[in-house]
Amino acid sequence: MPDVLTTPAYRWVGHNPPRKESLEKVTGSAKYLDDLKFEGCLHGKTVRSTVPHGRIKKISFEPGVPWDEFTVVTARDIPGKNVVSLIELDQPFLADGLVRHMAEPVVLLAHPDKGMAEKAVKRVHIEYEELPAILTIEESLAGGNIQYGKDNIFKKYHIQKGDPESVWPKADVVIEGEYWTGPQEQLYIEPQGVVAVASPTGGVTVWGSMQCPFYVHKGLKPLFNLPDDRVRVIYTVTGGGFGGKEEYPTLPAGHAALLSWKAGGRPVKIVYDRMEDMWATTKRHPCKTRVKAAFTKDGKLLALKVDATMDGGAYVTLSTVVLSRGTLHAFGPYACDHVVIDTRAVFTNSPPYGAFRGFGAPQTIFPLELHLHRAACELGIEPHELRRRNLLHQGDRMATGQVMQEETGLEGLMWKAMDESKYLEKTKAYREHNRSSTRIKKGVALALFFHGAGFTGSGEVFLDSKAGLELTRDGAVRILSANTEIGQGSFTTHSQIVAEELRIPYEMVEVAVPDTAVVPNSGPTVASRTCMVVGELLRRAASDLKEVLVKSGALAGNGHTPSEFRAAAGKYLQRFGELKVYSKYKPPPDVSWDDKTYTGSAYAAYAWACYVADLEIDMATYQAQMKDFVAVQEVGRVIHPVIAAGQIEGGVAQAIGWALYEDVALKQGVMQNCQLTNYILPTTADTPPIRVFFYENPYQNGPFGAKGLGELPMDGPAPAIAAAVAFALGDRIIPRIPILPETILDAIS
Amino acid sequence: MKSSIADFAVISPRTLAEALASLRQTPPPVPLAGGTDIMVLLNAGQLEPGVYLNLYSVPELRRPIEVSAGVRDAGTWGAGGADPPGEVRLSALTTYADVRRHAEVRRLLPMLPLAAREIGAVQIQSRATWAGNIANASPAADGVPPLMAYDATVELSSAAGVRQVALSEFYSGYKQTARRPDELITGIRIPVPAPGSIDYFRKVGTRKFQAISKVLLAGLVELGGSREIRKIRLVFASVMPFTYRARKTESVLEGRRLEPGAVSLAVETLRTELKPIDDIRSTARYRLKVACNLLEEFLGTTMGC
Ligand SMILES: Cc1cc2nc3c(=O)[nH]c(=O)nc-3n(C[C@H](O)[C@H](O)[C@H](O)COP(=O)(O)OP(=O)(O)OC[C@H]3O[C@@H](n4cnc5c(N)ncnc54)[C@H](O)[C@@H]3O)c2cc1C
Repeated sequence: MPDVLTTPAYRWVGHNPPRKESLEKVTGSAKYLDDLKFEGCLHGKTVRSTVPHGRIKKISFEPGVPWDEFTVVTARDIPGKNVVSLIELDQPFLADGLVRHMAEPVVLLAHPDKGMAEKAVKRVHIEYEELPAILTIEESLAGGNIQYGKDNIFKKYHIQKGDPESVWPKADVVIEGEYWTGPQEQLYIEPQGVVAVASPTGGVTVWGSMQCPFYVHKGLKPLFNLPDDRVRVIYTVTGGGFGGKEEYPTLPAGHAALLSWKAGGRPVKIVYDRMEDMWATTKRHPCKTRVKAAFTKDGKLLALKVDATMDGGAYVTLSTVVLSRGTLHAFGPYACDHVVIDTRAVFTNSPPYGAFRGFGAPQTIFPLELHLHRAACELGIEPHELRRRNLLHQGDRMATGQVMQEETGLEGLMWKAMDESKYLEKTKAYREHNRSSTRIKKGVALALFFHGAGFTGSGEVFLDSKAGLELTRDGAVRILSANTEIGQGSFTTHSQIVAEELRIPYEMVEVAVPDTAVVPNSGPTVASRTCMVVGELLRRAASDLKEVLVKSGALAGNGHTPSEFRAAAGKYLQRFGELKVYSKYKPPPDVSWDDKTYTGSAYAAYAWACYVADLEIDMATYQAQMKDFVAVQEVGRVIHPVIAAGQIEGGVAQAIGWALYEDVALKQGVMQNCQLTNYILPTTADTPPIRVFFYENPYQNGPFGAKGLGELPMDGPAPAIAAAVAFALGDRIIPRIPILPETILDAIS
Repeated sequence: MKSSIADFAVISPRTLAEALASLRQTPPPVPLAGGTDIMVLLNAGQLEPGVYLNLYSVPELRRPIEVSAGVRDAGTWGAGGADPPGEVRLSALTTYADVRRHAEVRRLLPMLPLAAREIGAVQIQSRATWAGNIANASPAADGVPPLMAYDATVELSSAAGVRQVALSEFYSGYKQTARRPDELITGIRIPVPAPGSIDYFRKVGTRKFQAISKVLLAGLVELGGSREIRKIRLVFASVMPFTYRARKTESVLEGRRLEPGAVSLAVETLRTELKPIDDIRSTARYRLKVACNLLEEFLGTTMGC
């Protein structure tokens, strides 16, 4: 059980009611996409490119296959626009003439027999005229081979506060370093899967495993030239996403719909197997960062310069916004008068990198925090003390100019984390131990960080989200929202919020299936926004719904029992037929953001945290083994402590994988180790006890004070672990992750 | 599933004779034991379509583990000890779980349960066989090194008869074995080491459990009165293209007293003897260094430091 440091006096909020979807999942009755049966269903398959860059010369279909039984789709069969509508319009649903990365979809096949469909994939032969490929950030920026815009750069950001250049010559100490974070596979348990039924008369309906039904909806309309109401997207029980089902499902959804359209409206199912999923779908953006920092002798941070470059892959997809979040987390929770942040996302001939829990922030928090550890070692100041001397306090300005309106509480979180992990005792004991032991080296280190909740900058205003509630026939309340349950517990926390506001039992709240024909567009299920932003829309809708009932005279204004509420609902429905109440996003007052100068309040709310990693390295095998992990954070009000702790534990485990185990081996820009046998995730034997502590400082614009927390735990572990490795190796920094045993051996020899 | 099940046939003979007769066809059917290697290929779409020979239907191949008193003979393992050495026989379908559950095997051949508990997890251990591990001939096979360190013999049967091949002579190259296509492994015979023999087993995988080996050492040493190394076996998995017995290093050690000088000589010898592989799981450099570290650890702990 997580340790929640204040106990709210609520009936549902802060308690742990059973999850809304648990019973179905535990008993196996939940229907995931591949469990759904459709009469006359065809099995769709994707023929993908096998070169990173090339012109398609010829597509041929090997004889000996009954091609007349197949539905075959190429770019020419597309009724509307061959373009995935996201931020830019550069990615086709099917390569047309040119392929820009390995595993790019070129031809689609469907057949009633799954085995036949499977076999036929290898019988389609695509001939290419190969073109020179760009496979690294360096090659992309070298010029010469330009494949996007004038310079292969998708997007650049610049943040400037003060003038670091004027500080370098005057500072006591200037420390520079270069860091690298590798790609990472989301590895949701359920692979990508969709079913589509599409025809000119019936329109397009898609069922699928996904985070954001309205993203798919937006992507399919131009593909078929159809208006809003002729495209319908229905969420099915989804076995995890982690960002991997944010933008990607639009592709298989479009593919299945194109096949169905050509097959006269027969349902078409596309389910990737694990290998195809790992080979072809998005990963976390790799990122290369240079950090330069100036200090006084006693550790005051005078100036900071961060220069980060992310590999975006072959299409823009979400790279510009991933980069934005990376940019806005690059300076950390520190007060510094002179800061410059320069970032860019570049084109390479890799499959597009995409959304992944943390969304760019882990990639820039890692270099900064590890750099501070390095600086502490070089300055001879304890790493926690160096942080303490530079923390942001009330009244300080972040690099974006955002003024801290209140204390972050970060120093308290740090002491708590140090206390729980026995940090000070351990640093002393481990130094002693490492002096005498050659077989086992021990390390302990911390990282401090924040994570901004909700969309960046003015993003929430542009989203213009809407969520609502309706009364059901039996007098209960149903949530109408497009936000999906992907294992993170959103159906449960939303229901708790609504039950609390309406003062009705949790059991009287239901959640409508996110179906674009039924629910309003409450925005995507991403960015740690679902509980905080959408939860608040639902709380307001609940408040409005109560007011409507009271005003109609059906409900007393001064409290009610569940049966009184039910009776009131019944009375209302009898008189008026139905009751649906919606609420729309309103930006919190005094939050403003300037996209041109990148100044203002980048996020309305931040979660704050200090994590401590404790590990040892076996010097016979060079394997770093986690021993203990303490995660202390302030996330506003904790709506469901068990779910919240589960989010933190899962995120920490995922970040341990990123830091120590998960190595995406790229060849020709694409993953080689697309199997669980050689893409190594940590198991419970490799992860330590993860001890989770929450502080609650209720946030006035979140539902009952909640802020976002889903991505936070992805941010802190990697730099804490890398710093603990450095500690164990006698202050030897390994500036790249994953830190595999092979990396450690190379570093020490 | 990338392969289509329709492309595969399975035959289930009722007797060993029938099974061996079926192997004389061309092409011979492919033996199917626990299927834990075969099914992986099937799932990846890399399994050759064809006929498979179900070994489970043959009672002779399902015999339980047998422990017997061995015949004393001057040249074999443990000849100097007081007790006559025994022998353990695994049958073709003996699984890792069978070995983990067998109290006598745990006592007599402690490296076998150690290896067994680090192979896959319970599902695999309950299904996968030692003979399949040998026949599959993966350089990363974890069951083979301890068997080889124990001087196991492979019993190969065909319609023409039975022959015994020392496991350390079984491999000659990557996926190259002494088994002819018409032969089945019908048993594995393991002599019980001399009393007082010291063993060492360490698997270094890509993570703690559920991992394929990057380096593995199974070692067995028999020491004489004045710490003289009478006999030593050093068997590595995942370092060379096949399970590798480091004969050169063994011979440098045999006859020598176990002392720090011998350890560094052995490590130096091993460093030149091994020509490690570089693959998706690790680097040659890492394998060489860790193999040497494991040898040092084995000899060091044997010396009591
Ligand atoms: C999830 C998973 C984890 C695994 N983990 C490990 C691990 O940690 N360490 C490890 O070493 N292996 C591991 N394996 C591989 C596999 O389990 C072992 O190699 C196992 O011992 C194979 O035995 P089997 O009975 O399943 O063989 P099968 O798959 O039935 O056969 C393997 C090969 O041997 C041949 N064969 C089988 N029996 C005979 C016989 N009696 N005579 C002649 N030929 C025969 C077959 O024709 C085939 O070529 C793992 C596999 C999986 C799927």
